[in-house]
Amino acid sequence: MIPSLPRPLWLRAATIFFVLGFLVLLFMPLVTVAVFAFNDAPYPAPPWQGFTLDWFTGNEAHGRTGLFSDEELLGSILISMLVATWVTVLSVTIGTTNAFLMERMSFRGQGVLALLMLVPLVIPGVILGISILAFASRVADLLGNLMGWEAEFLRPGLPLVVLGQVSYIIAISTLTISARLKRFDRTLEEAACNLGASRLAVLGTIVLPYLRPALIGSAAIAFLMSFENFNTTLMLVGADSPLTVMMYGRMRDGATPVLNAVSVFLMVASAAIALALMRGDRRDAQRS
Amino acid sequence: MAKATASASQRLILWLLLAPALLWLFGLILLPHLDLALLSLRERTGPGEYAFGLAQYRTFFTEPLYWDVFVRTATISLIATALTLLLAFPIAWTIAKLTRGRLSTLLFAVCLIPFWVSETVRTLGWMILLRETGVIPGLLVTLGITEVPIEMLYRDPTILVGLVYTSLLFMVVPLYGSLESLDDSLIEAAYDLGGNGWTVLRTVVIPHASPGITAGCIVVFMLTLGNYLTASLLGGKNSLWFTEQIYTQFITRFNWEQGAAFGFLLLLLSSVMVWTGLRLSGQRFSDVMSRT
Repeated sequence: MIPSLPRPLWLRAATIFFVLGFLVLLFMPLVTVAVFAFNDAPYPAPPWQGFTLDWFTGNEAHGRTGLFSDEELLGSILISMLVATWVTVLSVTIGTTNAFLMERMSFRGQGVLALLMLVPLVIPGVILGISILAFASRVADLLGNLMGWEAEFLRPGLPLVVLGQVSYIIAISTLTISARLKRFDRTLEEAACNLGASRLAVLGTIVLPYLRPALIGSAAIAFLMSFENFNTTLMLVGADSPLTVMMYGRMRDGATPVLNAVSVFLMVASAAIALALMRGDRRDAQRS
Repeated sequence: MAKATASASQRLILWLLLAPALLWLFGLILLPHLDLALLSLRERTGPGEYAFGLAQYRTFFTEPLYWDVFVRTATISLIATALTLLLAFPIAWTIAKLTRGRLSTLLFAVCLIPFWVSETVRTLGWMILLRETGVIPGLLVTLGITEVPIEMLYRDPTILVGLVYTSLLFMVVPLYGSLESLDDSLIEAAYDLGGNGWTVLRTVVIPHASPGITAGCIVVFMLTLGNYLTASLLGGKNSLWFTEQIYTQFITRFNWEQGAAFGFLLLLLSSVMVWTGLRLSGQRFSDVMSRT
C-alpha cells in the first residue's frame, strides 16, 4: 500500500493503469469541447470535417456567426464580468472584516457566529437563490406600500444576482483570509507598536501586506466562482443573462459550435488564472 | 492593552467589524430563509387573500409525482456520493502516499485543472460525447459493439456520470488532506503486527481519514442534491430532479408558496444528511467544514 512495503507487480501496474484511466476520464469532456470548436460543421458532432476558425471569426457574410460577432454571447460575457467584479469586491472586503472579527476580537456569541458563517456552504445554491428572491420581493413590496418607493434593484436582475452569489462566496473568502490571519506572528505587530507605530500604520505596513497572498487568492476564487455560478444565478436573473445562463439556454436548444468556441476562451482564461495563482503560491512558500 | 481599558474606541471597532457580518448573515441567510419558511406555510384562500396553512406540504405528500421525484433525487445523490468516494479514494491515496515530491504536486494540480473550468463547459463536453450523434455512440458503432448509434443521454447512469464527474474535486481535496497527514510508519507497524491490506484499511487508514471522508461526502451530497445544470441537461426534460420542480414552481408557474415548500423540504433533507454524516463519523461541523 505504501512505497516502503513490497508491492506485487500487478498492483503497481493496476495503480498506473487506474491513474491513467482516471486522467483520461477527467480530460475527455474538455478535450472534446475544445476539438469541436474547430470542426468545420454546423453542429458540434462527429465526423471531423476539417479545421476551421469560423466559430471564432465567422460573421454574417460567412453564413456562420462566430464568437467575435455573436453580440448576444459577447454581451453576456461582459455581464458576467461585471457581476463577478462586484462579487469579488464585496466578498473580499467582508471576508477581511470577518477575519479580523473572528481572529482579533472576542465577544459573547462568537462561537455561534463562527458556526453561522459556515452555514451558507451547506445550503444548496438553488435554495439560496429562491430564498433571496422571495425575501427581496417582500422587502420591495413593503417599501412600495409604505413609502411608495419602487425598489427596482430588489426585483430579479443583476443586483440580486450579485447578492445571491455573495451570500455564500463571502463564507469562502472568510475561511481563506482567516486561515492566514491565524498564522500571523503577533509579536511583529507588538514590535511595531513598541517602535511607535500607530494602529493604522501597523495595519497598513505589516498586517495587510502579510495578508496579501490570501487576499489575492480569495479574490481570484471569488471571481471564478461568480463567473461560473449557475444554480443561484438562474433563480435571480432578470432580462440580462450572464454567460452561464445564456449558454444553458442555448445548450437546451441544441447550439452551434460557437458555444465550443466560447468554452475554449473560458478554458484559456481559467488556466491562466490557475497558473498565476499556483505560481504566486510557490513564490510565497519560498519566501516564508 | 488591558481588558479594563477596552474603551469606547475598542467597542466602536468591534461594532464596525460586526456590522458587515451581521448584515450578511441576517440579510442574506437568516431572514430570507425565515421568509421562505413563512411563505411555504401560506395558503392561498382567494385572489390576494392568504391564510396560514399546510396546503403546500399536503400537496407534496399526496401528489405521488413530487414524492417520487424527491426520493429519486435523494437516492441518486446518495449513489453518486458513494461512487465519487470509491473513485476518488485510490486517486487521493496515490497522490498522498505512492508518489513523492514533484510528481505528487504535479498529479494533484492536474487533477484540479478541469475544475477551474465552468460546469457548463464540462456538461457541454459530456453532451457532445454521449448524444446519439455524439462521439461515443459513433465509436461503439465503428468498433462493431452496437449496430446503430444509441442515445446515451437522458438516462439515469448518464446523470450519475455527470454528477460524479462534477463532484470529484470536492472529494479528492479533503481526502488528500486527511491521507497526507497519516504517518507511513503507522501502516508499516500495522503490517508488522500481522494486519493485511483490508484490516489495515479498516482499522488504521479509514479512522484516520474519517474527517476528510466526512467532509467530502457531505459537500458532494449537498452539491448533487442541489444540482440543476447537470441533472437537467444530461437528464433531459424528464430527468425529474427535485431542483427542477422547485424551478418550475417558482419561475414557470409562479407558485411561490409551493416552490418555497419544496425548497424547504430539500433544505431539510440536506441538513438531515449533513447531521447524520457528522453523527456517524463523530465529527464536529466546524472541523469538517474547515477541511473543504
